[in-house]
Amino acid sequence: MTNNTQQNIAINTLSTVKNISTVNTLSTIKTVCPYCGVGCGISAAVDSTSREVIIQGDEQHPSSFGRLCSKGSSLAETLALSSRLLTPWINGKKADWSTATSLVAERFKQTIEKYGTDSVAFYGSGQLLTEDYYVANKLMKGFIGSANIDTNSRLCMSSSVSGHKRVFGTDTVPACYEDYEHANLIILVGSNTAWCHPVSFQRIKTAKENNPALKVVVIDPRKTATCDIADLHIPIKVGTDVALFNGLLSYLYQENTIDQSYIEQHTQGFEETITAAQNDAFNIDTVSKKCQLATHVVDTFYQWFKDTDKTLTLYSQGVNQSSSGSDKVGAILHCHLATGRIGKLGCGPFSLTGQPNAMGGREVGGLANQLAAHMDFTDDNIDRVQRFWQSDKIATKPGYTATELFDAMHEGKIKAVWIMATNPVVSMPDADKVKEAIEKCDFVVVSDCVANTDTLDLADVKLPAAGWSEKDGTVTNSERRISRQRAILPLAGEAKPDWWIITQVAKKMGFGDNFNYQAPVDIFREHASLSAFENNDQQALRDFDISLLANISNQEYDDFQPTQWPINDEKPQGQARFFADGGFYTPSRKAQFTPLKVRAPQNQPSKQWPLVLNTGRIRDQWHTMTRTALASRLNQHKPEPFVEITSADALSFGVQQGHLAQLETAWGKMLARVEVTDTLPQGSVFVPMHWTAQFSSQGRMGALVNPAVDPLSKQPESKHTPVNISPYQAQWYGFIVSRHPLVLDGIDYTVLVKGDGYYHYELAGKKEIHNWQSHIANQLEPHSKKLTWQTYLDEKKSLFRTACFTDELLQAVLILSPHSELPERNWLGSLFSPTKESLQPDERLALLTGKPPLGTPDVGKIICACFNVGEKTILSAIKKDNLSTYQEVGESCKAGTNCGSCVSEIKALLA
Amino acid sequence: MKKNLVVIGNGMAGMKTVEELLSSAKDQYNITVFGAEPYGNYNRIMLSPVLCGEKTIDEIMINNRQWYQDNDITLNAGENKEVVKIDRTKQVVIAKDGSQVPYDRLLISTGSKPFIIPFKGHELEGVVAFRDVFDVNKMLSYSETKKYAVVLGGGLLGLEAANGLTQRGMHVTVVHNLEVLLNLQLDKVAAQLLQLELENRGINFMMEANTSELVDDGNGHICAVKFDDGVQIPCDLFVMAVGVRPNIALAQSAGIHCERGIVVSDTLQTYDPKIYSVGECIQHRGDIFGVVAPLFEQAKACANHLSGHGVASYKTLPSATKLKVTGINVYSLGDFHGDEESEMISFSDPSASVYKKLVIKDNHIIGVVLYGDTGDGAWYQSLLEQRMNIEDMRELLIFGQRYFQQESIAADLA
Repeated sequence: MTNNTQQNIAINTLSTVKNISTVNTLSTIKTVCPYCGVGCGISAAVDSTSREVIIQGDEQHPSSFGRLCSKGSSLAETLALSSRLLTPWINGKKADWSTATSLVAERFKQTIEKYGTDSVAFYGSGQLLTEDYYVANKLMKGFIGSANIDTNSRLCMSSSVSGHKRVFGTDTVPACYEDYEHANLIILVGSNTAWCHPVSFQRIKTAKENNPALKVVVIDPRKTATCDIADLHIPIKVGTDVALFNGLLSYLYQENTIDQSYIEQHTQGFEETITAAQNDAFNIDTVSKKCQLATHVVDTFYQWFKDTDKTLTLYSQGVNQSSSGSDKVGAILHCHLATGRIGKLGCGPFSLTGQPNAMGGREVGGLANQLAAHMDFTDDNIDRVQRFWQSDKIATKPGYTATELFDAMHEGKIKAVWIMATNPVVSMPDADKVKEAIEKCDFVVVSDCVANTDTLDLADVKLPAAGWSEKDGTVTNSERRISRQRAILPLAGEAKPDWWIITQVAKKMGFGDNFNYQAPVDIFREHASLSAFENNDQQALRDFDISLLANISNQEYDDFQPTQWPINDEKPQGQARFFADGGFYTPSRKAQFTPLKVRAPQNQPSKQWPLVLNTGRIRDQWHTMTRTALASRLNQHKPEPFVEITSADALSFGVQQGHLAQLETAWGKMLARVEVTDTLPQGSVFVPMHWTAQFSSQGRMGALVNPAVDPLSKQPESKHTPVNISPYQAQWYGFIVSRHPLVLDGIDYTVLVKGDGYYHYELAGKKEIHNWQSHIANQLEPHSKKLTWQTYLDEKKSLFRTACFTDELLQAVLILSPHSELPERNWLGSLFSPTKESLQPDERLALLTGKPPLGTPDVGKIICACFNVGEKTILSAIKKDNLSTYQEVGESCKAGTNCGSCVSEIKALLA
Repeated sequence: MKKNLVVIGNGMAGMKTVEELLSSAKDQYNITVFGAEPYGNYNRIMLSPVLCGEKTIDEIMINNRQWYQDNDITLNAGENKEVVKIDRTKQVVIAKDGSQVPYDRLLISTGSKPFIIPFKGHELEGVVAFRDVFDVNKMLSYSETKKYAVVLGGGLLGLEAANGLTQRGMHVTVVHNLEVLLNLQLDKVAAQLLQLELENRGINFMMEANTSELVDDGNGHICAVKFDDGVQIPCDLFVMAVGVRPNIALAQSAGIHCERGIVVSDTLQTYDPKIYSVGECIQHRGDIFGVVAPLFEQAKACANHLSGHGVASYKTLPSATKLKVTGINVYSLGDFHGDEESEMISFSDPSASVYKKLVIKDNHIIGVVLYGDTGDGAWYQSLLEQRMNIEDMRELLIFGQRYFQQESIAADLA
């Protein structure tokens, strides 16, 4: 396929979003969103011949009722084939599947023969479907005989897993989304729900609007967009959550609001635990001191918790990504157990998962310290699973967890690795070391749906996996709801489903009899059978039981409606909640209180590293941007890697708003644009997690993050790394907006922002670059001959701006300045839009100002990504029509009326 | 009793002075005007559009004979009314026909004469200047019957003549001795854009060419132009447009102090305190003049003194020049080359035929060249004349006034 055709497809796909009427012969397919763990249902109208797709929320899906966030709404814009990996590659050369899978099988076999079973590893992802996960886990643990399979869920969910297991005996999420509508107190801990789980956030917001009694508490060091609906924001010191919840437990005990009968009937270890909690956080003063909070804030929170029976605690990465993550989870669970507020309508602890199928992975057992199907490495479980799988050689002990796995690789212990659907060179802590480790590894296989990632760049063998729109199987969301993900498009190029790729390799390794699946449903039936296998009081009772689906027919599988597990004879329609009446999955069937004590994060700030680095998601990007960055409107909200810092710290560290700063930790460095804000505590900085080497020269935050991990969950402490910040003394700043991609080597700071019909590069450097025009011309030459140039030069002030054209068609604009204040990029970008006619003469003369000619509106920074509404549009609407509420703004210019995640920003504009 | 004011020269500078005088001191003088051309007062600058056929002579008249009558001005116009002598002792002027008019105040506005290079053959039939209605009529009649025109001089007048003759259907070649057209107004970049545009309109150029001889067809008429490298091109009409010289012969013969021009003070007074002078014939503080804007300023100052107000003083400001070729916009102002201490801001888009250059010194505009997009010329001129400190405007300055208006709109919004 030529580059041109790919461009056309991209344009077609985009245009369908805007012009539904152009699409003919549609079929509607129900599937689920591939981004966060909310697991929203999608109703996709598809023209499979043209690959044109219209994405809408599935109003019937019980987890989302038709809502989608900006990311989900933009899925149709990510389906172009231009960025896809479409054929297998071996050592930089295209190959066929047979050769590629034979090579993978052969090299894994050889490595195992030479160095033993533990010299190989799989590193998977919460983006894999349950069926993919199942066969990967089965191959590694049941047939290779090693447990060296871990996934990126380690980075996001493993503290919840270990926290659940230590207290409940199993990894069970006891609550569900429906509880939002029944709760009177919702506590959000370490979760910027507004940006990371926007549809859940909208549902909570609506619940609050419908139920005036509902109070919302946000516990987060940062004042995030989520605080927009908070009745109380608790800006807790990073890492001290255990003290806050130990204090709460002590308070509830003291105030006599504990549910003595629930404790007695359904739990063990309360006495030791309450003593430990009192020792740790005896009263509000102690808590306030430890958590650096005002006493009245703690007092209010505790009183509300005491007084509100229907209390729901939602938590996410702020809890999990910590060296005491399992304890934080435990401390939260304790408060719910002690008050019996669990498993009942409107109350319970509720972990919000980060990825679409982290839960499915956990069900399968696809983590190094799990065996399979909610069974761990106990002798009887090993025997049980081995009998079920009929394997000769099963893993008998846990394997390397993520950080251990790459450490072992760095030490030369892992000689062959297969990385599936994830990008550890970016996402792992101490990511530069991870990169080195992969570089050192003898044989690296990477299967992915996109053609270029920082990790794929290091692969010996690249395997083209099916993308979201082509995958077929099941996923499980945060509330244990299993949904069918259905293919909406045929497989692109040579791409294959992950389960197919894995089973091909398994067959070639000699395990053919055990991997003889024709379709995902075959795998699903086996997975369901394993969940049922000897799952009873006498043998090994497990929470995860979908036995009713063990004989699901192909048709039933195709028609499967979203259902919360367990799904068995007793609960054929599934089950919303767990543990209202106890029944925990410990040997005693009682929950285990565990004495806890707050522990400081592992690495503390010092003179050399005086600040604390916090990391997280932003609203419109997903993980390492391999897909979301294809949708131009998702790149407009936060186009560059940035660092948030307080005004006081900015002053004392000499960094300025809009300028660049260098962040440095004991592990690595990063450059980021400074955003001064007082929404985070002094002494800390925040950077987004998303940017990779594909999009930025020095924007990988993973390089900064310390490899400290929770001792129990082995989850990295991504929310706390000591860091130093200093101004980056750029000699010049600039940006390029180009119709075609450019290679910009040798420039200190480059960030690529994909726009609608253009590539936008933010630039800065210490070295002067000469011959910009010839550099750009050389690269544009293949696309466009006979460039003509428009040039602005003020040599004295070092201002240089230039634009080039072929005939009337604008090809690229370059703006350079010694200062960081550069013209707006939005209007320039809009000139490259596929729907834009050729430039008017006045537009051409205005180009290098970056501002539209008089009379053309400049919409300003994009606030609403769904409808592409800019700040200036909103401000002028507010002014013109004298608007005072965000609803009125929505009526006036549509901003904030789709996903609603920009409402807080609209409110800020109204203020 | 009214005093007598005699004006020698019925051109734009002299009549502007009279107009100014009429508006401030209508009844102070009996005014007599002498003009060698047999018309009222016309706008010489508009001769180019007349040549092109875009305007008629009538349309470029500023003041017709009626106007002189209406204002009680005695107009002595025509070849035999050319003033041939000034008797400063008797305070009278004497015309060719012998008529004499006494003056209390005399205004000399004799303008300039086209410079004729004395090549071999410069006196042949078909060799003309481009200065007045007479020249225009001559060129028009040639264009009706003849084919080849050669214009010597790539300055404003030369290019306007070339454009007009091309539009009249002649095959025109402009001969210029430098590589840069309009070298008094444009830098090289702008000049190249201009040349390209004019070439597209069918005008031929011979740059850095030195004319050696105008060739006689044997009947006293030009038939070809010869260059010093031996090249010869056919020629039916040879337009000499190599500049003008102040017309000072009359003043000199009257013993009025002249150098290159008639030397005047800041009040436009000559060395004879009863005699004033304005226009292209004067020399003020070393400068002589070739464009209209300073002439008008001189007229104002001069009228102020003639009327006895006596407070104005003339100061030469950089003046803008434009090329009067329809569809080609060129603007030039001040010191557009700059020096070592000046800075340059430039904008060029050759394929859109736009080029702009500002010369900045000490945060002030000192020179401007605009090609193609000249709409902001007047704004730059006002910034230059007001000596506006442009430091805060600098980044968008070259993009024009509208961005500074828009800034204020944006500020309103915020």
